[in-house]
Amino acid sequence: MSLGKDYIEYPRRRRGMDHDLYAWSNLFERPPVDWGKGRKLAVLIVAALEYFPMQPNEGPFRAPGHMVTPYPDLRHYTAREYGTRVGFFRFLKVFESLGIKASVPMNAAIAERYPFIVEQVISGGHEIIGHSMTMNDIQFGGMDRQAEADLIGQSVAVLQRVSGQKIRGWRSIAGSESENTLPLLVDAGIDFVCDWVNDDLPYRIKTDRGAITSLPLNHELSDRQMITVCQNSEEQLVEQISDQVDLLVREAEKYGGRMFAFSLTPYIMGLPYRIKALEQALSYVVGQDGAWSARASDIVDAWTAAQAGEPEQPV
Amino acid sequence: MTSERFPNPSDPELYGFWPYIKRPKVVWPGDKKIAVWVAPNIEFYELDPPANPHRKAWPKPSPDIVGYGHRDYGNRVGHWRLMEAMDKYAVRGSVSLSVAMCQHLPEIIEECARREWEFFSHGVYNTRYCLGMDEAQERALIEDCIRTVKDATGQAVAGWLGPALTYTVRSLELLAEYGFKYTCDLFQDDQPQPVTTKTGRMISLPYSLEVNDHYGFFVYNMSPRQYADTLKRQFDQLLEEGTDSGTVMCIPLHAYLIGQAHRIGPFEEVLAHVTSHDEAWVTTGREIAEHYLDNYYDVALADIASYAKGG
Repeated sequence: MSLGKDYIEYPRRRRGMDHDLYAWSNLFERPPVDWGKGRKLAVLIVAALEYFPMQPNEGPFRAPGHMVTPYPDLRHYTAREYGTRVGFFRFLKVFESLGIKASVPMNAAIAERYPFIVEQVISGGHEIIGHSMTMNDIQFGGMDRQAEADLIGQSVAVLQRVSGQKIRGWRSIAGSESENTLPLLVDAGIDFVCDWVNDDLPYRIKTDRGAITSLPLNHELSDRQMITVCQNSEEQLVEQISDQVDLLVREAEKYGGRMFAFSLTPYIMGLPYRIKALEQALSYVVGQDGAWSARASDIVDAWTAAQAGEPEQPV
Repeated sequence: MTSERFPNPSDPELYGFWPYIKRPKVVWPGDKKIAVWVAPNIEFYELDPPANPHRKAWPKPSPDIVGYGHRDYGNRVGHWRLMEAMDKYAVRGSVSLSVAMCQHLPEIIEECARREWEFFSHGVYNTRYCLGMDEAQERALIEDCIRTVKDATGQAVAGWLGPALTYTVRSLELLAEYGFKYTCDLFQDDQPQPVTTKTGRMISLPYSLEVNDHYGFFVYNMSPRQYADTLKRQFDQLLEEGTDSGTVMCIPLHAYLIGQAHRIGPFEEVLAHVTSHDEAWVTTGREIAEHYLDNYYDVALADIASYAKGG
């Protein structure tokens, strides 16, 4: 099949990015970020609570970790529930022993079904981040705008009602956004979004409804990527976390505050034979001189305060 | 699949049979045994490229911000980590360049040029594929790449790696005609060799799939330290074999992978290992290709011809 003439035409071949969401910026040339109080390394631990309906969604993709076998997939339904019932409580114990304040993207269905967990998260000083309704409720390019607005609005409303807290952050399932996600999040009163994986520090994204802060997670630094996808061992996970932290601490000396971001999944890293490896890795992280265990919104606030007096990044 | 075929559809016939024994001995400048070149891919992926019927750019409906953002990490963060590591061991890069980077992010091109790195062509964008191009389109692509690199850096581009490793049946013939000295698109050997084309004088220069960081991390799912060990073993073996006849080792990299905070430290140890060996010629793709063309191309042709006669 031959290609149309426009295949070698490049209307967005220009200075900067090929979209208008954010300006390009070199991490190593930005004004150094000062987290305050001598802090060098912000430690962002993200532990998602997900509800997988046994009847999976149709649509362009299924959430990672979703049902696999023909209905009824009791195997995967219950193995995911294991994370919520058991693995997550192992996490909370590790977090408490290490003084870690975590950030918890939570399906609103978790809050509706298991309000006890919400209490535990809040009383532990952790933060809830909006994370759709269930793992069936994905966001994707071409999605109906009103349906997406309703999904975001409903999720935020449920999480706020059950937790009694303002929901400031959003994480889309699998980091997948539609072309409308960012402006809809702004409309829903969301301050920051955790879907982008292109940076090691926050930055601003512009939408036609106002700006939002992108708090980037990392595509590769997660238990899912290392253990489930790459099938690395627990020892290799610990090794990669310590290598990462060593580098970030060195960079922080030279370039200003850095952020360590790591994403956890209770049914993956919360297994009995893995939890000690998590404890070992995280104790190395928080044991660094200048390590600061912070919730996502704490990091966004400190980053925003550190921008005061700096010329606003072009977006 | 595109409908065009090589004259022998089963064999592109781009090189003759040439076994890895009893070849005329290659010696690299300064009596070195192994030529090592590091090839950072500096790429631009478009968020919403026009569709190519032969290959999808992104797995999810547009905007697929995860794939896009992952690549963008290289351009915001990764390149500088890799540059700093390479500077530390005085290793110059040979950049596999999406030439539209010269328009989008000239700051990155300037950083490479300042280090006297080589630029070779990796197409305009890594989201525009040669698959399905007619000859006029492919010529326009090649001419664009030559012109863009010349205008931005003053370099006459000498090497080619197909954008996203895509080709047509005429790609290599056209590259030879335009005067390219080397192609990175053929993976049949650990030594350079002439490419059979009607015009020009072009060699295949060993690039690598197998020790490419993309394969290391996304095909073989290695941990960073496993990948570093793999590179060291690859180097040690090719150095040993280089006593018989000079070998080539390429380390193809992508800053969005190797420039991640958990990977650059182990990779630095590879550069320390390679540069600690006096028998290694650590150089650029262009310099290897030129040395080979000047000293071994004709010898190699004659030796390869002896096998064609049933030798």
